[in-house]
Amino acid sequence: MRFHMINRACDFGSDIDDPRSMEVVPEKSESLVRFVDVEKTYDGRTTVIERLNLDVRHGEFLTLLGPSGSGKTTSLMMLAGFESWTAGDILYQGRSLRSVPAYRRNIGVVFQNYALFPHMTVRENVSYPLKQRRVPRSAKAGRVDEALRMVELEGLAGRYPAQLSGGQQQRVALARALIFNPDLVLMDEPLGALDKRLREQMQVEIKRIHEAIGMTVVYVTHDQSEALTMSDRIAVFNRGCIEQIGSPKDLYERPKTSFVANFLGGNNNLEGVIVRCDDASCDVRISDGLTIMAQPVRYFSQGERVSISIRPELIATDPNSRKLDNLFWGTLENITYCGDHAILRCRIAGENSIDAKVPLSVYRVTPVACGDRVRLGWTTEDCWAHELLDGSTASVLQSVAG
Amino acid sequence: MRGRAIRFCLVLWSAGVLSFLCLPVIAVLPISFSASSFLNYPLPGLSLHWYETVLQPYPWMFALKNSLIIGSSATTISVVLGTLASYGLTSGKFAGKQIVLALLISPMVIPVVIVGLGLYFFLNRIGLFGTYTGLVIGHTVLALPFVVMTVTATMQGFDRSLVRASASLGSRPLSTFFQITLPLIAPGVISGAIFAFSTSFDEVVVALFVSAPSQLTLPRQIFSELRDQIDPAIIAIAALLICVSICLMTAVEFLKKRSARLTQAVR
Repeated sequence: MRFHMINRACDFGSDIDDPRSMEVVPEKSESLVRFVDVEKTYDGRTTVIERLNLDVRHGEFLTLLGPSGSGKTTSLMMLAGFESWTAGDILYQGRSLRSVPAYRRNIGVVFQNYALFPHMTVRENVSYPLKQRRVPRSAKAGRVDEALRMVELEGLAGRYPAQLSGGQQQRVALARALIFNPDLVLMDEPLGALDKRLREQMQVEIKRIHEAIGMTVVYVTHDQSEALTMSDRIAVFNRGCIEQIGSPKDLYERPKTSFVANFLGGNNNLEGVIVRCDDASCDVRISDGLTIMAQPVRYFSQGERVSISIRPELIATDPNSRKLDNLFWGTLENITYCGDHAILRCRIAGENSIDAKVPLSVYRVTPVACGDRVRLGWTTEDCWAHELLDGSTASVLQSVAG
Repeated sequence: MRGRAIRFCLVLWSAGVLSFLCLPVIAVLPISFSASSFLNYPLPGLSLHWYETVLQPYPWMFALKNSLIIGSSATTISVVLGTLASYGLTSGKFAGKQIVLALLISPMVIPVVIVGLGLYFFLNRIGLFGTYTGLVIGHTVLALPFVVMTVTATMQGFDRSLVRASASLGSRPLSTFFQITLPLIAPGVISGAIFAFSTSFDEVVVALFVSAPSQLTLPRQIFSELRDQIDPAIIAIAALLICVSICLMTAVEFLKKRSARLTQAVR
């Protein structure tokens, strides 16, 4: 079947038909963690997590991405054992975590504010998990040295956290969460407090360690570029539900909802009415009688209102070179120069404007000015027809953009 | 120029206020070295006689020993109870939290005479009147609010994610309390203990209500001495007590600084 139902159900990534049967017969599966119909509410009325089904596979780097208040951190905290859930179950290696206290879960956690113990040196911090597990002194020293070497902090073992920079503190937190060889490591926006350069450096570092050790990582962030560069899979959260889960490429190039298209990367939104729809393509009439050919995410009946998404960087301003299904004349309204690229804002019809991202190599050889007529084109494959965003989701996106 | 004049006035004013507070105490201290047995100036001659008097086993040193025993017992009990109460009041979410806190603090605001009278009837009823235990209970009641106040203030600056971190690293709640929470709130606990001790150490009202002669405490001895005969021995013991107080206050300040340094370190 070509079309997927996108009715905000949270069943992506779960391939079980009746999830409730899992509670009764936990069996060995390839997934390390399984959220089965998990629900969370604080007051019994508003749900923070709404029927969440999610599989975390062995050894993968899974990112939970979403705006604040979307339930991603709550999901992580339930997995770590700091929050309870109201309904459903979380299975870890096939066993329910419901009655397992945090200190017995053997899951490493890296906190946003590092949560290093200020009265202990780096060495004492890192050996703390071993001390709780009564690892003999002789084995301890070697393992601590090894962990510190892994995060390149060998020389700083005797320092206190207050004497370290933010990046170094983060490395200590990482070493401390990894030293007891947990199968699963949870990271709650671990790089949120670092500046941009250091953040990028630490992203590479975390990826390197993940590849070297092969532990499973569940990573929470609201930074979409961080999610795209680091993850094997991304789960996009919105209002306590998973909108879509898949590889970064999948999510970026084949967004299943308008929310995903808008939350990940730049996007042009146009609203229109379906005039024709089949499996491969649909015609959407936008205002002023222009018709755009797009790929529908599901079957739309004639007359249904849809939202069209096109990535700015997939719009060609020199459309003669390729065969494009959608070709329009636009009037250049505004140029934003960004160094490696420029954003050209063109009015194509009535109120509808489109941003085209033009690389420097193209922008340099075809100088344009405001008011010029510009030819714009894109293929049907790059253009998606989604269901309209509902009002509250749209406002969430707006606040993220603002 | 004008700024300097204002500054000078401010210094003068502050010096005036400080002398107003300290001079009455400082003024009497030289009398403890007096060779006469009356509290008057000018001193007829210098002598350490009165210090010798108060260092005799009875009654002064006996009273001091009682005060130390009762003070340290009351301190220990109030620190344990107060720290536990503060931990619960700052971590837990339950209805009536403010009311519980108000009840714990109340001995600080209720007139001591009322507390003393209440304890008198209560301890009589349960048969602890005129015992060490009775007096320790009384002083614990009075000292507890100080521990609760200082520990609660310290707990507010305590980063709770450390408790979560400790749990995630495999530490049980009790072991987390002793390895992480207690060391980090120790400055608050210790200054609470010092306040508790000094509360008990110079408490006279409850001691008058509930103690028998065998539990003679230092403040009680001073009090009866003042009533019966006034001689420079009182000033001598006061001078010794002031020295102790200064040491304790210095310790509190030092701990406050240390606590500030540690909490800053987390940011």
